[in-house]
Amino acid sequence: MLEIRNLDVRVDDKPILRGLDLTVNAGEVHAIMGPNGSGKSTLAQVLAGRETFTVTGGEVRYDGRDLLALPPEERARDGVFLAFQYPVEIPGVSNVYLLKAAVNAVRRHRGEAELDAMDFLALVRSKMKLMDMSDELLYRAVNEGFSGGEKKRNEILQMALLEPRLAILDETDSGLDIDALQVVANGINALRSPERAMILVTHYQRLLGYVVPDFVHVLSQGRIVKSGGKELAHELERRGYGWLESQAAPGAGSDAAR
Amino acid sequence: MSLPAPKLDDLISREYRHGFVTDVEADALPRGLSEDVVRLISAKKNEPAFMLEWRLAAFRHWRTMTEPGWATVRHPKIDYQDIIYYSAPKSGKTGPKSLDEVDPELLRVYEKLGVPLKERELLAGVAVDAVFDSVSVGTTFKAKLGELGIIFCSFSEAVQEHPELVRQYLGSVVPYTDNYFAALNSAVFSDGSFCYIPRGVRCPMELSTYFRINAKNTGQFERTLIIADEGAYVSYLEGCTAPMRDENQLHAAVVELVALERAHIKYSTVQNWYPGDKEGRGGIYNFVTKRGDCRGDDSHISWTQVETGSAITWKYPSCILRGDNSVGEFHSVALTNHFQQADTGTKMIHIGRNTKSTIVSKGISAGRGQNAYRGLVKILKSADGARNYSQCDSLLLGDRCGAHTFPYIEVKNATAKVEHEASTSRIGEDQLFYCRQRGLSAEDAVSMIVNGFCKEVFKELPMEFAVEAQKLLGVSLEGSVG
Repeated sequence: MLEIRNLDVRVDDKPILRGLDLTVNAGEVHAIMGPNGSGKSTLAQVLAGRETFTVTGGEVRYDGRDLLALPPEERARDGVFLAFQYPVEIPGVSNVYLLKAAVNAVRRHRGEAELDAMDFLALVRSKMKLMDMSDELLYRAVNEGFSGGEKKRNEILQMALLEPRLAILDETDSGLDIDALQVVANGINALRSPERAMILVTHYQRLLGYVVPDFVHVLSQGRIVKSGGKELAHELERRGYGWLESQAAPGAGSDAAR
Repeated sequence: MSLPAPKLDDLISREYRHGFVTDVEADALPRGLSEDVVRLISAKKNEPAFMLEWRLAAFRHWRTMTEPGWATVRHPKIDYQDIIYYSAPKSGKTGPKSLDEVDPELLRVYEKLGVPLKERELLAGVAVDAVFDSVSVGTTFKAKLGELGIIFCSFSEAVQEHPELVRQYLGSVVPYTDNYFAALNSAVFSDGSFCYIPRGVRCPMELSTYFRINAKNTGQFERTLIIADEGAYVSYLEGCTAPMRDENQLHAAVVELVALERAHIKYSTVQNWYPGDKEGRGGIYNFVTKRGDCRGDDSHISWTQVETGSAITWKYPSCILRGDNSVGEFHSVALTNHFQQADTGTKMIHIGRNTKSTIVSKGISAGRGQNAYRGLVKILKSADGARNYSQCDSLLLGDRCGAHTFPYIEVKNATAKVEHEASTSRIGEDQLFYCRQRGLSAEDAVSMIVNGFCKEVFKELPMEFAVEAQKLLGVSLEGSVG
């Protein structure tokens, strides 16, 4: 579904990703781990189409198409979803308005009829139950005054509504207490399916205790330096990232992602 | 990343869509202003003597005044002798008796603008007193309103048919001595709208006027006078668009509202005049004096405005809260893009006891637009228990625009309560990216964010006008986002 080949990304001429390779197939859940500044969030944002980054080399294929050639909204409509590390506040725009606009943008793209207000409300309420969210969050401005936990739940709610094929979750576990983490993890697990792939970007293995990945990759200095199964996460938890740093040195090569 | 994705900058730099000039034969005076021109205007309009005297007094006063320079706007010096002060579409001496007699070219213009002059207005429940350049072309629903004793007609007609009302109220809210542009308007105003709602009558429909500036180099000097007698209610809509053109045009209108005891006037404006091109060439100078007088106890005047057009906007719809317990409201959205400049706000003058005023101002600046809120809250000694709440929010799109807030507060009564809140925020690429990541186009995202910002004001507009306002905001910002 997703093939990243030799991806180079810069910000203000500073290399962030340096020859990153990764292949993700439908139905798989991949965890991308790594120390701060290794390029995890950059990878997530580049896949979603953030323009503050410059791709200087390599390619990304999504279902065989050149993903990097598409503007962010087309990627989104095509099923690429990013759960933001820091969800953005939009004053005056009710959450329900954005959710409905987003769902209908995707439905239009798929050639499906747009949902009217009644149908949409029924849909969103059923999904909110799953996320243990109160109705009141629908009518508040997007993310404005939401607690950290509410923001992250709201992200997963959007994922549940938009039913993406490739979901990228950027540090979704950060800032969550244990109860909220459980709810968010349940929400993510409920969306696992053979047609859907997920990339979990995370610093800690905490979330991975609830959402068990099929593959774990360690990102360091802009490339994947080690890949393995879920047991790699436990090893990282024990040993930290230090022992892998040397492998990230230029020229060491990466036999990364499968 | 080498994406062809539209940037915020591109979105806010679309061209004005209502740009066209209609080819209508105009009956215009030569350029320039003198006592003779004032006399000529008055004579052309066949005005009674008191009108001519009033115009002449205004003109003489105007000549003693100098143009104000305190607003935070910049423009080349206006040559008042290079302006044509009167132009009317040639339509015979008596004027059209029905739409059939109206120049089809004129009707086509309204058609293009989507102005409902025929059946559509009946469906929409709107009576339109359409002002094309300086003379009213058609007034509708007059008969229906007439049954209730409501007078809704062009100003010229009011001067002919109801001189006693004009004489009593003209200049009673905005005297010709008020300011430079008000004096100029008083001397040369060509036409406008007049509305009188008799005692206890609730006007059953939204009254509306569409203004449109058309003939080249014709300054527009509209005069609007609305009187709500005791216990009356009226909601009045003013909306306008203008054709694309090169030369700067001066627009100096005066609007006077009089609310007697328990009367309620709701005045809503959507203003979309040509703002000039991307380099700031052309565009309309909009120097308007709008003022409402809550003359009676328990009266209520509310101004709601959405200002998206004009090169320069200089406008402070104000309320004089004279009657006890009277209420003044001002809700405003002002958008400046490219090189547009707006210096707008309100004045709330509290005179009566327990008077209340609310100010909600939303300024949006994009491109190199400059947006200033200037507001005065004045509580006089007599105004026991007066209250004011002001909220001024600014939204910046991009990093070359500016927002300024100048709140003036004068309180002479210790029982008054005055609150002021202000905020400035920026539409970030991160908000835009967030929405686009959810599948919204960049245009829809900007429109949604801006409309969210303006929500408190839009909810004050009559329903159909709110839709139009959102559209205009869309057009002004990025194109045809509804």
